[in-house]
This record gives sequence, C-alpha cells and structure tokens, in this order.
Amino acid sequence: MSNESRRAPVLGGNGPQGRGMGAFERAKDFKGTVRRLGRVLRPYGWVLALVVLLSVLSSGFSALAPKVLALSTNEIARGSLAVLKGTGEGISMPLIGRILLLLMAVYLLSALAGYAVQFLLAGVSQRAMYDLRREVDAKLARLPLAYYDQNPYGDILSKVTNDIDTVANSLQQSLSQAITSLLSVLMILVMMLTISPVLMVVALITMPLGILLSSRIVRYSQRFFRGQQAALGELNGFIEENYNGHTVIKAFGREEASRRRFSELNEALCGHAWKAQFFSGIMMPSVMLLNNIGYVAAAVIGGALVLSGRLMIGDIQAVIQYMRQLSHPVSMAANILNVLQSAVAAAERVFQLLDEAEEDPDPADPVSLAHVKGDVRIDGLSFSYDKTKPVLRGVTAWAKRGQKVAIVGPTGSGKTTLVNLLLRFYEADSGTITLDGIDIRSMSRVGLRRHFGMVLQDTWLFKGSILENIRYGRLDATDEEVRQAAKAACADKFIRQLPGGYGFELGEDAANISQGQRQLLTIARALLADPDILILDEATSSVDTRTESLIQRAMERLMEGRTSFVIAHRLSTIKDSEAILVMRDGEIVERGDHETLLREGGFYEKLYNSQFAPPSA
Amino acid sequence: MKNLSSHLRPYRWNILLAVLAMAISAGSDLGLPLLLAQIVNVGLYQDDLAVVLRLGGWMLALALLGGGFALLNSYLSAQVSANVGRTLRAEIFDKVESFSPAESGMFGTASLITRSTNDVVQIQNYLLALLRMVVRAPILAVGGLALSVGTSPTLSLVLCVSLPLLAFSVSLVAKKGLPLSTSMQERLDRVTLIMREKLTGVRVIRAFGNEEYEQERFDQASRDLTGTAIRMNRVMTLLFPISNLIMGGTITAIVWLGAPMAGSGSLLVGDVIVIVQYVTQILMSIMMISMVFAMLPRAVTSAVRINEVLDAPEVISDPSAPRQGAARGELAFEDVSFTYPGAEEPALSHISFTSHAGETTAIIGSTGSGKSSLLNLILRFYDVTGGRILVDGVDVREYSQQELRGKIGYVPQRAVLFSGSIAGNLRLGREDASDSELSRAVSIAQADEFVNRREGGLEAGLSQGGANLSGGQKQRLSIARAVARRPEIYLFDDSFSALDFTTDAKLRAALSGETKDATVLIVAQRVSTIRHADRILVLDGGEQAGLGTHRELLKSCPVYREIAESQLSQKEMDYE
Repeated sequence: MSNESRRAPVLGGNGPQGRGMGAFERAKDFKGTVRRLGRVLRPYGWVLALVVLLSVLSSGFSALAPKVLALSTNEIARGSLAVLKGTGEGISMPLIGRILLLLMAVYLLSALAGYAVQFLLAGVSQRAMYDLRREVDAKLARLPLAYYDQNPYGDILSKVTNDIDTVANSLQQSLSQAITSLLSVLMILVMMLTISPVLMVVALITMPLGILLSSRIVRYSQRFFRGQQAALGELNGFIEENYNGHTVIKAFGREEASRRRFSELNEALCGHAWKAQFFSGIMMPSVMLLNNIGYVAAAVIGGALVLSGRLMIGDIQAVIQYMRQLSHPVSMAANILNVLQSAVAAAERVFQLLDEAEEDPDPADPVSLAHVKGDVRIDGLSFSYDKTKPVLRGVTAWAKRGQKVAIVGPTGSGKTTLVNLLLRFYEADSGTITLDGIDIRSMSRVGLRRHFGMVLQDTWLFKGSILENIRYGRLDATDEEVRQAAKAACADKFIRQLPGGYGFELGEDAANISQGQRQLLTIARALLADPDILILDEATSSVDTRTESLIQRAMERLMEGRTSFVIAHRLSTIKDSEAILVMRDGEIVERGDHETLLREGGFYEKLYNSQFAPPSA
Repeated sequence: MKNLSSHLRPYRWNILLAVLAMAISAGSDLGLPLLLAQIVNVGLYQDDLAVVLRLGGWMLALALLGGGFALLNSYLSAQVSANVGRTLRAEIFDKVESFSPAESGMFGTASLITRSTNDVVQIQNYLLALLRMVVRAPILAVGGLALSVGTSPTLSLVLCVSLPLLAFSVSLVAKKGLPLSTSMQERLDRVTLIMREKLTGVRVIRAFGNEEYEQERFDQASRDLTGTAIRMNRVMTLLFPISNLIMGGTITAIVWLGAPMAGSGSLLVGDVIVIVQYVTQILMSIMMISMVFAMLPRAVTSAVRINEVLDAPEVISDPSAPRQGAARGELAFEDVSFTYPGAEEPALSHISFTSHAGETTAIIGSTGSGKSSLLNLILRFYDVTGGRILVDGVDVREYSQQELRGKIGYVPQRAVLFSGSIAGNLRLGREDASDSELSRAVSIAQADEFVNRREGGLEAGLSQGGANLSGGQKQRLSIARAVARRPEIYLFDDSFSALDFTTDAKLRAALSGETKDATVLIVAQRVSTIRHADRILVLDGGEQAGLGTHRELLKSCPVYREIAESQLSQKEMDYE
C-alpha cells in the first residue's frame, strides 16, 4: 500500500471544531501501563517538574489578568461616576498607568511561561518516544522468528509508528492541556472567591453541569463514532478489494453487483456519519449555551450586588471574563480524558511487544569457527510449529563438503522447515544438526549464520542504490568487489543499462526492476558474502525464460565448491545433484542420485514422470 | 473545484439554512455584551434593579435563541457533509468500476483507493469545518468590528495596529512551520519504510548477520524524525503565546486610551467593557479563520485528485447496436497490432492465428514479449490499434462488453479472490450455478481436497483477498471460478505457476475433459506445460516468432528451440 493512504484520517476527527472527537479505546491494565509510561519518562523527571512549575506560573498569571484589568475598570468607573455626581476626584491616570503596566507584565509572564511549557514538553515527549522506538527496535532484533511469522507485519509496524506517535502527541498536547486546565480552574475559582463568593457559587454550579453535559455528549456520541469507524473500515476494505480485483470484476462482468453492494455500505456509512458528526457538533453549542446562561446570571446577580454596594463594576467584567475562561477547560475535560485513555491503550500495545518472549540466549562461551569445510549432518530431527502437528519427524540427512544436495517433495512436506532449522530461525524439538562435527547450538546464531548464504524466492531488497543492496552481503566490500560479484552473478550487464548504473535507486520493494533482475541481485549479494554453505530456494514465480537461464548460470557459479542445499520445485534443474532428498509428510522417504531414484521406481519416479504426462492422460 | 460545487447544489437550501442559523447564533453572541453594556450604563448608573432584571431576561432569551440555532446548524451541516461525502464516494466508485484496466492503470490501484477513501474524507471534514467555523468567524469578526466602531470609533482604531500584527505573526509562524511539518511527514515515512523493510526482510537480515547495521539505519532515521518533530512543535506552538500577547496588548491600549475619554464623559464605563469583549472576539475569530485556511491546501489537493478521476475520459465504450456471435468457441486474430497509449514501440505487431472449439493454443515468450497484452485485447480491456480480433466470427468491438466477457473464463496471473464464502467467489463465474456444479468445478480444479477440509466446505469463509489461503490454493479456486462459468473461451494467464507438478498435471488432465467444445488459450513459462498444445504461438518482442506444434517449432523456430533447450534435457526434448 502506498504511503499516501497509510494513515486513514478520522471522519470529523480533527479540525478546529471537531476537537479530536473520535472513537476511543481503553487500555486493559490502565494503572500498570501508566506506571510503566512513567518509567519511560523518568529520565526527564527534572524537566517535567519544571514543566509543572511553569504551568502553575502560566495559569496563575493568566488567571490574574482579569483581576488586574478589573482594578483599572473600577478606577474608571469610580472616577467617571465621581465626575458625574460631582463628588470627589476624577480618574487618576498615573494610577491607571501603573495598573496597566502591571497588566502588561502579567500578560507577558503568562505567555512566556506558557511557551516555555510547550517548548520543554516538545523536547521531552519526542525524546521519550525516540527512546521507546529504540527500545522496540532492539527488542525486535531479539524476538524469535516465530513472532514475525505469527503476527502480520502490518500490526507490528503500526505499533512502532502509529502507536508511538499517538503516545507522543497526546503526551505533548493532551497532557499539558490537562495540567493547565486543571490548574486554571483552580486558580480562577480562587480569584472569583476573592471577588465575590456568591458569583463563585454561580460558576461552581454551571461548571460541573458543563462537565457533566460534555462528558455525557462524548459518551453518547461514542457509539456513533464507533459505528462510523466500523462502517468506514468496511467500506474502505470493500473498495480496496474491488480495485485490486478490478480486472477480475470486469472479466466476469460483475460491475453491477459490486455497485449494489457498495451502495449498501455507503448508505450505512452515511447514516452513521451524520449522527456522529451531529453529536460532535452539538458539544460546542451546548457548552456555550450553558456558559452563556452563566454569563447572564453573573451579569444580573453581579448587577444586583453592585446596586447593593457589595461589588464594583470592574468586578463584573472580571467575573464575566473568568466565566469565559472556564468554558474552555470544561468543554475539553471529557475529551482530554478520552484522548489520554487511548494514548494509554496505544502505550499498552507497545509494552506488550516489549514483553514478548525472546529467543533463547546464545551460549555464554560460543564455539567460533573462522571457516568450515562444510560437512553438515542432520540427526533425528523433529519439529512442530504448534506441538500438535509434527512437521518434521526424525529426519536424518547429511551433506559432505562441496556436495550439492537437492531437496524435493510436494508442498507442505517440510522442505522450508528444514532450512529454518539449519539457520536456527527456529529451534528443533529434538535431534541435532552438526557443522564439521560441531553442534550448531554451541555456536552463537550470528557466528553460525556467517557460514551460510541464502537466496530465497522472496527477493528482499531495500530502498537504496544497487551498490548498497549488493554490498549488504558483506558491508566492508569495496566498490570493485561489488562489481565483480555482480559480474559473476550475470547482473552487471543489466545494471549498467539502468540510468545511473550501480547508483540506480531501487524503489520500495524494488518494484522498479523485474522479478528476474531482483533474483540476480540477491545472487550477487550472496556471492559477495562468500559463504561456506549455500541455501537456494528455487523460484517458482514467473521469470522470463532468458533471465531464467541467466539465473541458472549465476546459481551454478554460486554453488561451485560449496556445500549447497537446493529446494527444488522443478525437477529438470536438479538432475545433476549429487544427492536428492525426497521428502514427504515431514520424513525423508528416498535418497540417492537422479538415475538411482528413477530406477528404484518410488515416489520420486512418480513425481518426475507426472510433469511429462500429456493432458489427456 | 467547479465539479465539486455542482455536488453541493442538491443541498443548497440546507446549506443556506445552515448559514442562516449560524448567523443568528453568532448575532446572539454579539448581542449579549451589548445588553451587558446597557446593564452597566443604564441599570447601574441609575440604581435601577428592575432595568437590570429586565435586561437580564432579554439576555437569557437571546442566549437560548443563539444556542437553539447553533444546534440547528450542527444538525444541518452534519447532514450536508455526510450526504455530499456519500454522493462523491458513489460517483467515484461508479466511475472507477466503469474504467477499463487501461484507465485504472493510469492512476494506479493504490492511488485510486486513496482518492475514493481518504480524499473524500478530507472534503467531507473540510465542508463541515466550513459550514460551522468559516461562517461563524467572519460574522463575529465583522459584527464585532461594526459594533465596536459604533460604540467608539476612536478606540476601534487600536485594531488597525493589532489586526495586521496578528496577521503578520500568523503568516510568519505558518511560513516557518509548514515546511517543517512537510519534512516531518517525510521523515515519518522514512521511519515507516525502514521498519517495514526490517519486518519483511527479517530472514535475510538475520541470515547475513546484519542486525547491528539495521539498528543503526533505523536509529538514524528515528533520530532525524525526533529532531524535526521537536523543531516543528516548538515553532507551531509559538502561535498561541504570540496571539495571547497581542490580545493583551490590545486590551491594555484600549483601557489606556479609553480612561481619559470616560473621565471627560465622552464614553461610558460599560462601553469600555464591551469594546474589550468585542476586540477579544474579533481576534479569536481571525485565529479561527486562519486555522480553517490552513486546512484549505489539503482539501484543494483532495478535490483536484477527485476531479481527475471524475473527469477521466472513457476509453472503451459499447457499440450503439451490439451484435451477437453465431459460432461457439472460436477465436481468431487477424493481423492484430497494439501499442499502449503513449508508448513508442508496439506491444504486439501483426499477430494472426485461429483457434477452434476443442483446441488448445499456447503462448510462450519472455517477459515483455506481449503475452498478457494479447489476453487483455481479447477481453477488450484495451482496443487493438491495428487488425481485428474475432470471437465466434464477430469483431470484439461489435459486442457489448457484458456479452463478450460472458463468453470468456479468465484466470489471471495473480489469483484474485474476495472476502466472503468460497461458493460466493465461485459464483462470480456464474451467478446461477448450483452447488453440485460448483463442487464439480472445484474437483476439476483439484481444489476439492482442501475445500472439503475447511469447516463448512464450499460455505467456508475467505478473508479479504483470500489471505487465509496459500498461493496454490488461491490459484486453484481462481481456476474453479472460470470452470464454473462454462465459458466458450478459456484464458489462462500463466495460471499454474504456484502449483507443484503433480497437481499441475492432474489439473490439466481433468480440465481437458471439460474444455472439449471450448477454445483454450494458455500463457505459459514452462515448455513442459504446453508441449501437447494443438498450436504454440511464440512471441518475441511483440512479434510472432513462430506458430505450430512443439515438434514443428523445435525444427523451424530458433527462439522456441532456445527456450526449450534451456528448460529440458535432450532426453526430454525427444520424449514422446
């Protein structure tokens, strides 16, 4: 899938009005995960303490501002009223000037402290997530291959990218919002108390009501968001499948049927979508309405208090400003909690990966061989992936140095599993494998694999130049050595025809060269590594006939003088093998060279002749 | 954008109503401070509690009115945006369904998927923001401006300084921040790419012992991302303190300038209070508008991408008076040439052959020799650029596409299956096929063993794209689907590659019984698969390098001999 579609945006999810509403998820072990997240943040403890301190300052100053402004308004009201009634002095401009200077200082300090909080938090949250990514990456290197085979790579990928991203963003935004909101509410209430206890009570009534209302709306709208997300997912899945199978749909004339199905799914989505968006939309107006009612109450009650002489005019202004300031944290409260909760859920998924069981450690004192002759012995090897269905049962086989051993057999007979065990991608249940007489389990995995070279059907290459990709076989190889390897692998010619030659950039999945060319590059890579023992998994996929003969030649060159295991799918290519192992249902049923096996007239003979059977047989 | 606005037309009354509702709600927000000023100026100065209470009552009514209309706006804008999204999505899907592979190839599948899903979501979200915010903010800004000028023109002059200042700061932050945000996205993509490569290539990485190198590679990308993300966040979050500061400065200036005016009696205290509120409202609205504008480039990009799909011309169309074929299972190429649109070299040139019912014609040649193109022409996924193709004696361009494809059972190179039951997938071949017919097709395709092993047999479910099947199993079901269709012409595009040789042989034997009165066209890589065909067409660089049986071609066609020699031993070439 292309990058552009990797992140599906949430309908009505962001934008200024949506306020990050969406379907939220919850962590299974909330407390434990939060505690662990705390451990991730521990190295930044001092900075975080500073962040909290600065938050207190920032929200304190911003809560102070209306109060200071009220002082000036009071002076204006007093002065103008005095002039009007002719009782006493008019407005004192020096006093106003001092008050306004103070006000400006308060604004400035609040802004500075607020920005300092953001500045520090950006560093902390991103660095903490960098630490986490690094830890996850190191963990992935220690996980057994079984983990990779059992979990779709998309799931693992999304833990490293999306989940960690979610955690970082919510740490930075929601956490600071949560802290500031909470502090602001406290400070504002204190300020209001100093102005008028009665008006504080008004605020205390409307505020919880607002929080209650907004959390109700959020909770209620959750089901619509979930419905919308599910409908959207189903629709997107349908679209993806349909477009991928476009030619088949056309070839079988099924356009009408899929239009009908699409229309159903689209209708369903529309039904959920407008409800979800409606409910996310009423949040603001509802809280605003409640707030406005508070505003009216403050004006009327405040007015009455002024008339009875218990309040000054400027104080009404301050109270109204406080009411407005309160509406923000109130409408955000429910949402912030939800965002933080889904961040914890995302963190929990990352931690789950960190808790996966690792590979058995290498022996403390591994046997290390500089070069091996290449005598491989497999003795009584048994293995099963899930303990119920044995895949290999007591396989015994051997390959002498320099021998070419072909492994043949129907799909599912255990050929690939044998390779997995040879390279210790998996560990055998029982039995042993020895290399030059040394049990491979007494070596370190890296040490063992150094002796092996591998060319698989799955031609994995990475985005980067051809030069880098071949050099991957031996990282310290010179450019000239890379070129020699490519020549030996019959790849030099096509590489030089590409724009930029060896500097040609392979795209994602090396999609910009053909399958056959990919295969040649992997052979060059293996040649450069110059291993003692080779494992070849012959390609079944469609490679054109000319490239195929090049591949054949390159493979033969690769196998010269090395012990090689060839997993063969086509029998014509392995007839010159010194030994053919015939596998069936996890056992080796026959062993010998081509002629002998044909003469014996067993399973191999049947396999071999089936490929020439005329279709009318 | 022209095309998109036409999608809004059916909802124009709802849109108008939504705008109106928002205007009323914004108006009530503007009215509240006005009434407050009255409370201060009249009620408090005249010591009249009754005035305060009456004005309070009006305020309450106004607040309720505004709230009600805001709710109405929510309802309408949700309806409009959801419906526009639905219509857009349906139109794109319809259009893409009508595309021939020629057209969808121009966009690429991944890009078409994005356009039908994410791009529509972008438009939908933007529409929602537009209807809710963009209407509200200008009303608040303009209304606030008018009212504050009306209250005191002199004090409103302060805005002449603070508004440009705000605009300048917003654009400055955007100018610094947006490139950083783009480069952060790139770095994020790089982290994803490397991780994806590490996950898919874990065997190769471990086999070469390059774990440390890989960790270094990932760490580098991850560190780059961290650095950019920190910088971007630090720039973007500047906006908030800066705008707060400008707001504070404006308020301070108004009070400083307003105080002497109040002292001289040319301004009332309530007026100072109310102007402070309006100014706050105006500056907040400007912030809102700039936020919606920040979303605009993304929405425009999506709109352009959607329009590209909707405006794509149709390449393959049905004739006005479609014909029907008389014969059954006959396929003829008459001097057919084909050049891909925009290509310089023809993909096929001067191909001629005829295949009758009951015959098998095989096509062999290296990649790029034009084998798959040839099949695409028969299905009319593309139209020939020279010569003609006859199916049952009629030019393929004279059939309706439905009629033509109804005669063909196509098995693509890459087996494509859909989520749903196995039976549902097979009935894609023929909707009215009975269960026993399906079972027969399954057993011909050598799929009966694994189908019966699945719980539910034919009714067993497949996950998306048939991901719970092996490559060989998918291929066999894809063959069974074509068999279930009982077509006149079978097209096998290298469809046996994932099968082991035993299964391959059994399948072809079973198939030969089924295809007695149909033409079979097989594209193959392996000579052993096709040596018994009635005729073999050898393609080389789009040209017909040879046509004949295996034996004839071995003698007469050097290209074929080269292919055969590379695959078969001498003994096998003499087999038979």
